[in-house]
Amino acid sequence: MDIEIEIDTGRCIGAAMCTRHAPEVFTQDDEGVVELLPGGAARADDPLVREAALACPVQAITVDAG
Amino acid sequence: MVIVTATGSRSIEAPAYPMARTCPFRMPDGYEQLRADGPLSRVTLYDGRKVWLVSGGEEGRALLLDPRISVSVRHPSFPALAPQLAEQADAGFSPPLSGVDDPEHAHQRRMVIPAFGIRRIAALRPHIEEIAERLVDAMLAGGDRADLVSAYSLPLACAANFALLGVPEDDGRYIAERTRRVLAPTGGEAPGEAERTFGEILDRLRRLIAGKEQEPGTGLIDDLLAAQPDEGGMDRDQLVALCAILLTGGDDTTSSTIAASTLALLEHPEQLRRLRREPELMAGAVDELTRLTTVADVLPRVATADIEIAGHTIRDGDGILVSLMLMNRDLDTWQQPDALDIDRKAGRHVAFGYGIHQCVGQNLARAVIETALTVLLRRVPTLRLAVPADQVRANLPYVLQGSMSTLPVAW
Repeated sequence: MDIEIEIDTGRCIGAAMCTRHAPEVFTQDDEGVVELLPGGAARADDPLVREAALACPVQAITVDAG
Repeated sequence: MVIVTATGSRSIEAPAYPMARTCPFRMPDGYEQLRADGPLSRVTLYDGRKVWLVSGGEEGRALLLDPRISVSVRHPSFPALAPQLAEQADAGFSPPLSGVDDPEHAHQRRMVIPAFGIRRIAALRPHIEEIAERLVDAMLAGGDRADLVSAYSLPLACAANFALLGVPEDDGRYIAERTRRVLAPTGGEAPGEAERTFGEILDRLRRLIAGKEQEPGTGLIDDLLAAQPDEGGMDRDQLVALCAILLTGGDDTTSSTIAASTLALLEHPEQLRRLRREPELMAGAVDELTRLTTVADVLPRVATADIEIAGHTIRDGDGILVSLMLMNRDLDTWQQPDALDIDRKAGRHVAFGYGIHQCVGQNLARAVIETALTVLLRRVPTLRLAVPADQVRANLPYVLQGSMSTLPVAW
């Protein structure tokens, strides 16, 4: 089963909850906006990614079984 | 569930609020009752007005995300926790970021988040550590005891904030001293004093900004100036107010979290020892300490429509106070929430708020708190309280409920 991470950079407010919960998957660009790290998408099934999505205060991250 | 009616007996069903903490990291006495009466109950403000108090974790998150809830102090029914805050609102001051709704809020937030991104903060860490080391040097050279707040946590929090914003030291000191007077009222202030002091802060910032226009520097304030008028679209007064919020929002909050966390650790010597032995536990411990201390407890809001929640109807115009401390101690969310447990996975706490208004400076705050505690524990292995723990008090709860002006320590 493929799991997809979708990030909505337009919603992101730079709270950095995702980078704290799953620092190997998410980072922030120079504008402070969420960005997937290279190879981050391959770790979509990591439970920390789901935790990061839950922690995001504006639901900018969705984790979907595709 | 307890259904509270407006006709009920006031002393039991709508207690006076905010409530003062006795110990800075423990709940005020009345909170046990509020938690039992949750997830929503009624409390009475200083002016006799009754408002909703939200203590439930799930309900608090839902309400803080709800666009029918406003943070605008300009709303005629916006609840004020203290007369001096009502004064500020009456004077027409509405704080940028924390006191404006979207879309204005989103526009302001977008302008400042680059500076608080994890890369900029990571780059600032060595500087924060250097300041912490210097402050400990001075403290140790000064004798065998000190006030941890004035000698360490406050100057460190201020210096880190000034460095990020690009504020020179003398301007910073002037502003920090006045910020402290506004945010930590002793109760003996003359009417209008908070507003006057705040005016002095704004004047100093106006001069600082004028100077930066002649001679630009490298801080966030310089970035904001460079962004005007093209993308910024803020007038001078808005810009000054935004700088004031950014400057004052990170001093007492961060400093008090460091002080209250130090106190909590000194009161839990077993966990303190582990943290000294295994400093790699610090990041997780800071999450837990921030959860436990939740120094900025109360978020005031006003409903702009009828909202059904947890069997209650919040009416359009009702005042709402969300207690982050109670959300962080919700029995449905946390196991033994009143206990300090540095092994707890506390990363989902809401001490920095929740939703679009979540603290913009939290990456900086975490870096400062982590550095402060790491350096302090390493450099002062015999750190202890210089007074009995039950004599350590939080300030009055009107602005910042866990604010600490002093923590006498010895070594």
